[in-house]
Amino acid sequence: MKFKVNGTEIFASTGGRPFDKNKPLIIFVHGSGLTHMTWVLQTRYFAFHGYTVLALDMPGHGLSSGECLKSIEEMADWVSDVIDSVGYKDASLVGHSQGCLVTMECAARNPNKIKTLSLMGGAGAIPMNPELLSLAENNDPKAVDLMMDWAHGPAGHFGGHPVPGLYHINTGGMLAKSRTIKNTLGVDFRACDNYKNGFEAAKKIKIPTLSILATGDKMCPVKEGKKLADLIEGSKVEIIDNCGHMMLLEEADRVLKVLKKFILDNYPSNK
Amino acid sequence: MTDKKNKGTDPKTYKFDTLSLHAGYQPHKNAGSRQVPIYQTTSYLFDDVDHAAALFNLERGGHIYSRISNPTVAVLEERVASLEGGTAALATSSGMSAIFLTIMTLCEAGDHLVVSSQLYGGTVNLFRLTLPKFGIKCTFVKPRDTEGFKKAIQKNTKGIFGELVGNPGNELMNMPEISKIAHDAGIPLIVDATYQTPYLCKPFEHGADIVVHSLTKWMAGHGSSMAGILVEGGKFDWMQNDKFPTMTTPYEGYHGLSFAEEFGPTAFTMKARAEGMRDFGPCLSPQNAWNVLQGIETLSVRMKKHCSNAEEMVKYLLGHESVAWVSHPSVPDHPDHELAKKLLPNGRGSMIAFGIKGGKDAGVAFINNVKLASHLANVGDTRTLVIHPASGTHSQMDEATLKFAGLSHDMIRLSVGIEDIDDIKNDFEVGFRAARKPRLVSNQ
Repeated sequence: MKFKVNGTEIFASTGGRPFDKNKPLIIFVHGSGLTHMTWVLQTRYFAFHGYTVLALDMPGHGLSSGECLKSIEEMADWVSDVIDSVGYKDASLVGHSQGCLVTMECAARNPNKIKTLSLMGGAGAIPMNPELLSLAENNDPKAVDLMMDWAHGPAGHFGGHPVPGLYHINTGGMLAKSRTIKNTLGVDFRACDNYKNGFEAAKKIKIPTLSILATGDKMCPVKEGKKLADLIEGSKVEIIDNCGHMMLLEEADRVLKVLKKFILDNYPSNK
Repeated sequence: MTDKKNKGTDPKTYKFDTLSLHAGYQPHKNAGSRQVPIYQTTSYLFDDVDHAAALFNLERGGHIYSRISNPTVAVLEERVASLEGGTAALATSSGMSAIFLTIMTLCEAGDHLVVSSQLYGGTVNLFRLTLPKFGIKCTFVKPRDTEGFKKAIQKNTKGIFGELVGNPGNELMNMPEISKIAHDAGIPLIVDATYQTPYLCKPFEHGADIVVHSLTKWMAGHGSSMAGILVEGGKFDWMQNDKFPTMTTPYEGYHGLSFAEEFGPTAFTMKARAEGMRDFGPCLSPQNAWNVLQGIETLSVRMKKHCSNAEEMVKYLLGHESVAWVSHPSVPDHPDHELAKKLLPNGRGSMIAFGIKGGKDAGVAFINNVKLASHLANVGDTRTLVIHPASGTHSQMDEATLKFAGLSHDMIRLSVGIEDIDDIKNDFEVGFRAARKPRLVSNQ
């Protein structure tokens, strides 16, 4: 659906069900340069099982208007504004990669507004490879090719997509190329590289938190994810083996299984 | 996002030959089986009713019923998508069903298509006679008439379709220019690249939006199995205009789903599977999918040999006293010679059309007397194949349509195999001798 946030028209997938204010809200926040479509194998389940889902296209991404936000802090405040804009008082957040930084910062800044936090492929900081950052800022499509290479585990490189007929690397690459690379990926990568508040934000989080990490994640390795999780009081960690950074697609079913349990236990819906 | 092991700016994603062998398959998820298993089954157990509902709602990936998808077929689909540089693919029971499913996913009654006139005869009949019965009309344009494609576009035109190298006359479509015409009109370009395979040309790199193949031909390569596929490039923006409402608005045909919103770069394939395969059902058998996979494993090796043999045959035919003309993009005076260099850098393919001196009677005598070359209605076998289109593949066309399709009565279509080149030439000598004295030889 389309709606306005601070005057800008924004798109969010509702997971194939109508937006319903009577159900608890889960917001999904994508990673650098990507779109709501990365969440298709998680969002539809929750939308069909008692939740209202918004898988956002961040400003300047996918089907959303506006320009990309330039810092993780701005993005965190913007996600909070999304909750207000759709008429909710609170929500549960799910983030992937850069989306983890955004949702974590948002949860730290809005302790009463965010009810649970689920982080996939997250870390306290995501310093960028200088070559990758430079390629993205110079609008070089090789930045996307490198990102897809590093983001997929060995298994993901071969394929084996959970949806018959889809090929991981080319689908992800096409999502990242759907808008001008330097204006999306370049801006996002710079925002990640500049963000230094992750570990401090983590210490402030007191809500139920789940970290889903993958053994083959080269971008946010397990040890970095655990370092972050150790700072979040009572947080849970789930490890997905034989999988890379794009775990939400590479191992969609296993990710959904742990996410379902966490959300249903900590943010139940009676709808 | 630091990867200390990957210094340098070259991605380490697998290359063509490796993908030909491995893409789409993970042995550790299949009991460690090194070869792709043949899932000879109609249907798949649901864990519980929730799991069943999730699969039907497209909440989760997975298999329900082998008409819709099958694990062996899915490996083939991913493999071809990876080789083409596409986002997704849907395999079908034949190349014709891939074209039909593509058109029925794209169009509704009242829609129009602009179509290259030089196509396989069966495809011509589909567009000329069968699709109008579904309310879909077509305007045919000669493949080299690039401007003609632009002029033929109407308000209700939903796509441009053509064979990259036309069958059987070897005329090339100027894919980069025609794709621009299509995109300026907000419609996709659909290319049948059966003759090329992704080894010779990746149409998505030249502006195509959907690629179809008869996998029966060079991809499978051994003349054993019927199969087709449609592959999606993922770049076409279905939401740029209101021409494709069943892609972009809540679609009653699939529980109010908006395919473009939900699946973006794979939306077309998702719709073709969810709606087209469900309602028309031209599914590929797992055994045939497996046979095609065996062929694809050696695709680049075979295509190199096909192309080198074809170049030898072109030289042989050009110098032969019984040959009136030779059409192959490698011939310097072929009208598309320069375009072919650009679009087909790895080889110009193994389809040759030539005219035999003596016209139709000579053609018939040649076909009836070659022994190694097989006279049959197929192309892209490992074995050398010949046919006389005017009396074979295109025999259902009337005189005017034959002429419009660029066919002549002296034309012989040659699909060069990978036999020893000297044996092919020796066989042709027998055919040419018979053609020079048709009555004498045919009476022997």
